[in-house]
Amino acid sequence: MALPDLALDYTLRTVALGAMLLGLSSGVVGTYAVLRRESLLGDAISHAALPGIALAFLLTRSKESALLLAGAVAAGWFGALLVSAITRTTRVKLDSALGLILSVFFGFGLVLLTFIQKQPDASQAGLDRFLFGQAASLLRRDVQVMAIGTLAVLLAVLLLWKEFKLLVFDPDFARVLGLRVRLLEVILISMIVLAIVVGLQTVGVVLMSAMVVAPAAAARQWTDRLSLMVLLSALFGVMAGMSGAVLSSLTPRLPTGPTIVLVVSGLVLISLLLAPNRGLVWNWARSRARRGQVRAEGMLRQLAALAEHHGSLEHGHPSAVLRASGWSPEQVEHVLHDLESTGYVRQVGADRWAITAAGMARVRTAAEANKAGDVSAYLTGSGGEVTGEGQP
Amino acid sequence: MTAPQVEIQLIAAIVAAACALPGAFLVLRRMTLISDAISHAMLLGIVVGFFLTQDLNSPLLILGATLTGLLTALLVELLHRTGLVREDAAIGLVFPALFSIGVILISRYAGSVHLDTDVVLLGELAFAPFDRVVIAGWNIGPKGLYAGGVILLINAALITLFYKELKLATFDPGLAAALGFSPVAIHYGLMGITSLTAVGAFDSVGAILTVALFIAPAAAAYLLTDDLARMLFLSVGLGVAAALSGYWLAYLLDASIAGSMATMAGVIFGLAWCFAPERGLVAAARRRVRQRWEFAQRMLAIHLLHHERQPGGEPELQMEHLWQELRWDRKFATRVVSLAEGRGLVTQQNGRLELTDRGRLLAQESLLA
Repeated sequence: MALPDLALDYTLRTVALGAMLLGLSSGVVGTYAVLRRESLLGDAISHAALPGIALAFLLTRSKESALLLAGAVAAGWFGALLVSAITRTTRVKLDSALGLILSVFFGFGLVLLTFIQKQPDASQAGLDRFLFGQAASLLRRDVQVMAIGTLAVLLAVLLLWKEFKLLVFDPDFARVLGLRVRLLEVILISMIVLAIVVGLQTVGVVLMSAMVVAPAAAARQWTDRLSLMVLLSALFGVMAGMSGAVLSSLTPRLPTGPTIVLVVSGLVLISLLLAPNRGLVWNWARSRARRGQVRAEGMLRQLAALAEHHGSLEHGHPSAVLRASGWSPEQVEHVLHDLESTGYVRQVGADRWAITAAGMARVRTAAEANKAGDVSAYLTGSGGEVTGEGQP
Repeated sequence: MTAPQVEIQLIAAIVAAACALPGAFLVLRRMTLISDAISHAMLLGIVVGFFLTQDLNSPLLILGATLTGLLTALLVELLHRTGLVREDAAIGLVFPALFSIGVILISRYAGSVHLDTDVVLLGELAFAPFDRVVIAGWNIGPKGLYAGGVILLINAALITLFYKELKLATFDPGLAAALGFSPVAIHYGLMGITSLTAVGAFDSVGAILTVALFIAPAAAAYLLTDDLARMLFLSVGLGVAAALSGYWLAYLLDASIAGSMATMAGVIFGLAWCFAPERGLVAAARRRVRQRWEFAQRMLAIHLLHHERQPGGEPELQMEHLWQELRWDRKFATRVVSLAEGRGLVTQQNGRLELTDRGRLLAQESLLA
């Protein structure tokens, strides 16, 4: 299928739209869940939604997605309510309460699903698609329902922007200001429930929680601003939802939920590695550069001490002499060549190294800054003292 | 009951017991969500192991899947250690990714062979009796029974052997570390047991529902006792109860056995939550009511003590006065007085109240406290 055809294909358009809505709502809501350390509440809620779907079907005998999703909302809500009731009234901790609710509700959902399958009149209710999601089964009506859910979520975030911000970063202060924190928390949980239910048909109950956690965790790496994080998280969610859903509806036997989750996991991995400031690669490069600088300073000080000892800048020293404790010959060579290129050190013969006048000046200013209490110079200087032990 | 029915129940009970033992420690050490992650991620290990061995019962597959479980725990910790994400988010990132790879592998390549998502995820206990162990022509019982039995034995043996260490590391990790029990070894040991149990349980109850058997009985037992040994026995007992009642629920509804077991485990937790002797909701409510009456009686005694020798305090001792002075309504006041009379704290004559010695003592005690 050529690309222009893709844009026109009705099913694909529906699928892509649905997946975008899913990514948008869960990305936005996920930001708050992740920042409030409630990442796994989504897991409990999405598993808890399963019996709601089955019960809605059993009661109404209708496959109308609005009805089924209403059941999912009710059950997800009830699950979240039970989690908070358990942690408030017993000594069972949050983790156990979450695990308990998710597994028991899921189990009950399975009982209902298998029960429905064996009913004579409802041969195939098609409820299986809620387990791992089936983007291809999305209808325009489903997408309309999803759009309403997403809209509600976005509206709540816009209207309660300041309140939620306070709730996330300083709930105690919010209480002091007279905000109704409990009510806000309930609204936030309702938003999580809504966002999850929006994605259920596409991603399925088992993996929906990843859509709440992953885009937000990825977005967190790129920025420290809430507004930017919400936008980025929504963007990542939309990207993952769309590419995953389209991939899976174009490829036979590629379940939608897992595909979307893998795409979003890839985004998280990239963010963890490459995000400026926080990313692991940057971190690694930074600490490597710092280590190199410390080594260079140490080497320079060592050469300066030797030059003073000999009373001349002409006397060269073999690199073996300059090898401080714990440095490999390659590291010494590397540092010396680095210093040579900056003009602080020169080579005066085969494997003979001496400090230049510029190098001496650099050591002196560093020492003076050290005496004057310049903290950064002092810190880099302290590394040199360790290497100084290797002096002959 | 037919023979297969007995066998299914036996397998279910043994698997539930095997899960309940590590479950108690998971609940106490707040590690249940890692067990959730492990049992989801296990799917990947099972699938890869199955592709390699083509046999769901191969020891190699069990080893591989157990290692996947440990790998999950390790990945969560590594991710958490980078300082870039918090632990809950780390769990929520790792297991969906591994689980997704597993599901995709199954649906893409295992369509033709005997491995389908539902079996691995949801388990099918009803088929367990058909898979027999045959040694030298002798049919000696279903495989699931032996697999579950071995894992139950391993768990029981390890927990008995390291009971002291586990107990100390659970309740006082600082002291345990100071005494030289490596917290890392205990953590990963427990994760190892959890993984092994989840692998052993998956083909009867499925990867997701093992979580219910890990958590629910142990959490219920946690509400019933303060003693670790008793909690372990209770967890096992409640797990077995969930398994057996779950089987019959499934029989009645003609529905998933594993799902019914999880449901019953939840019901058992619900019962413990409501009716636990000291920590249950009912006990707590009754305690509150009792305290309210107790407090009212003390108030009454103090009120009378305050006014009994006071000049002009006579009207204060009248029954009639109580609902003005203490703002009690008539019914409440009458009930408090009759309760106090019953306990011998006050006597009443023509609507005039008088403290007994016992009542005076109680009032003085209350004021001092």
